[in-house]
Amino acid sequence: MNFGDHVREVHARGALVVQPRMGMADPALMRAGLEAVERADADTVGTITLDSYTRTGDLESVRAALRDGVGLNGYPIVTYPAAVTRGVVAGLAERGFPVQVRHGSARPLHIFGALLDAGLHATEGGPVSYCLPYGRTPLDESVRNWEASCELAAEYAAERGVRPHLETFGGCMLGQLCPPSQLVAISVLEAVFFHGLGIRSLSLSYAQQTDAEQDAEAIRALRALAGQLLPDADWHVVVYAYMGVYPRTVAGANALLAAAARLAVDTGSERLIVKTSVESSRIPTVQHNVDALEYAAAVARDRRRQLAGPDAPPAAPADGTDSQVYREAAALVAAVLDGVGSGGVGGALVGAFKRGLLDVPYCLHPDNAGRSRSYLDEAGRLCWAELGGVPLQGIAPVRPGRRITSGDLTKALCHVQDRFDAVALDRGADRPVGAAEHEILEGKPA
Amino acid sequence: MSGPTNGTAGGAGTVARPAAPLPAQRSAGPVPPRGTVVVSSMASDAHTWNLVFLQLLIEELGFEVVNLGATVPDEMLLAECRERGPALLVLSSVNGHGYHEGLRVIRRLRADADLAGLPVLIGGKLGITGGESAEHIEELLGAGFDAVFDDRPEGIAAFTGLLGRLSERQAHELR
Ligand code: B12
Repeated sequence: MNFGDHVREVHARGALVVQPRMGMADPALMRAGLEAVERADADTVGTITLDSYTRTGDLESVRAALRDGVGLNGYPIVTYPAAVTRGVVAGLAERGFPVQVRHGSARPLHIFGALLDAGLHATEGGPVSYCLPYGRTPLDESVRNWEASCELAAEYAAERGVRPHLETFGGCMLGQLCPPSQLVAISVLEAVFFHGLGIRSLSLSYAQQTDAEQDAEAIRALRALAGQLLPDADWHVVVYAYMGVYPRTVAGANALLAAAARLAVDTGSERLIVKTSVESSRIPTVQHNVDALEYAAAVARDRRRQLAGPDAPPAAPADGTDSQVYREAAALVAAVLDGVGSGGVGGALVGAFKRGLLDVPYCLHPDNAGRSRSYLDEAGRLCWAELGGVPLQGIAPVRPGRRITSGDLTKALCHVQDRFDAVALDRGADRPVGAAEHEILEGKPA
Repeated sequence: MSGPTNGTAGGAGTVARPAAPLPAQRSAGPVPPRGTVVVSSMASDAHTWNLVFLQLLIEELGFEVVNLGATVPDEMLLAECRERGPALLVLSSVNGHGYHEGLRVIRRLRADADLAGLPVLIGGKLGITGGESAEHIEELLGAGFDAVFDDRPEGIAAFTGLLGRLSERQAHELR
């Protein structure tokens, strides 16, 4: 069954699909990891996350690492023969456990080739979201490579009668400190880009940021815009548990994951990608992932029960268009789509970044204008400090002109970590994780 | 049906030169710049918040910083160092490939006639299991790094101290 159909089916019976970020270099371990996720007490789908050498196209280093027994940070799908990967996923989809490949590549054609060859057809990314935060490939080259990759997937689908599924990664952009409206806009625009290239089964991502209410506004805005711009597509929303600097304590990490699960349920989202309790320090083991999946699923079940019960919080407005996030996101999407010419949506995206209409704060990529800045307001909402060329004058409030020190940056980056760790440490009973133990016990340096 | 592979270390295709997205923030005060520090990731590492943080920190210590950004191929790193003649090269890696890539890169630097003597530091999350083994750190030092900072909170203080001493020495040499 197609990945999107599966998610829709689970949603229809009132459950949230949960998914790990997981990838190991060894095929047997990868298989065992997938089976453990399948067995977890939750409605799971599987993930094969690729290693960074494969992402950047450095296949020589993959071979060297495998030869020398050096640990890789993911599964090198392009290097293994297709038969090996087919073995890793054998029988899983047939028994109702679809697997998605997650990669982070601005030039994914070799990866699309390998995953389609192995009989997989769910993956994710996007010409912007897998370019600007992931390296220095020029944006126009990423757009061309993503166009070719989508065409390859569509062609393959037509030949074999399957529907490939693509998820936008645009709701993440650097993981932190990107104003939610721009995350929503890029996620929507990448979905429109995929759709224009013949991909009909889509999901749109949004990563949890610093403020639960603002995040809920953002997801409702995402749904509203997707509804307007993808009327004939089959799409769902996937929420990512926080993608920035993560709490160091187990209780803090769990509390943040729980907040993500509640956010997903409250906004009617269909799927959640979890983070584990060791996110702050290392690549998780299979068990870390299973624990996180089961925990998130349990929180989601409780939340759904609560929403159906007598102490349910007041329901949010069904229409997602009456919010600050929506007004900003809609303006950004309109400004970019206004530039669609013979180069299609891809060309419009390249043009938008060139003109600074889209501009990701703190992004070092040479094709990002780098004139916008963000900040956290007193309430913890993520806002624009400076717009640069982003066309939100009169729509978004700004706070220009402050020079940012390494201390300011650290404070903003660690805001979520600090908040959730503080909650955990107040409870006292918790063990911090990883190498950072002493830092927590001694109090964090400013 | 595999697509075209894109070749050599660091990903081939077009490789954009560094931009200057974080304009140098050196204070306009009377302190003279204490030399240039190149801050860089290595070929497979996409993370950049570490680089932005290090840039700000090192600028606050009075140096000028050239931030090469994410996924810097070895050839580009060597070329930029040759061209700019920095006082120091700071490598940062957090994606878990730091030990493996660090060894490759330092060997290339030390084998290069122009760069064999350049002070080079590395830090971050160098392995994939949280904390780097003493053995790996020794190996990195043995291969030619002047200092290795694993991901412990003391690391930043030690690094700041070391840069302070470096800038004093340079100020002294300039006199
Ligand atoms: C944000 C983030 C991302 C963003 C990065 C966006 C960007 N362009 O920067 C995105 C989503 C794109 C991303 C992608 C990936 N990520 Co990531 N990411 C993170 C996360 C959540 C926060 C990192 C961060 O912003 N830190 C803030 C900066 C300021 O601090 P820092 O990087 O920790 O560096 C500090 C110290 O290490 C030290 N330091 C760093 N360098 C140096 C150098 C010197 C000389 C010194 C003295 C000190 C020093 O100083 C800094 C300040 O204290 C971390 C987990 C976490 N920490 O919570 C994972 C993490 C770093 N990512 C990880 C991985 C593996 C990846 C991926 C490979 C995907 C995957 N397989 O999971 C890809 C990378 C692809 C690639 N080609 O490299 C792992 C690394 C595992 C390991 N080393 O064991 C982590 C730890 C998550 C995990 N638990 O799996 N990631």
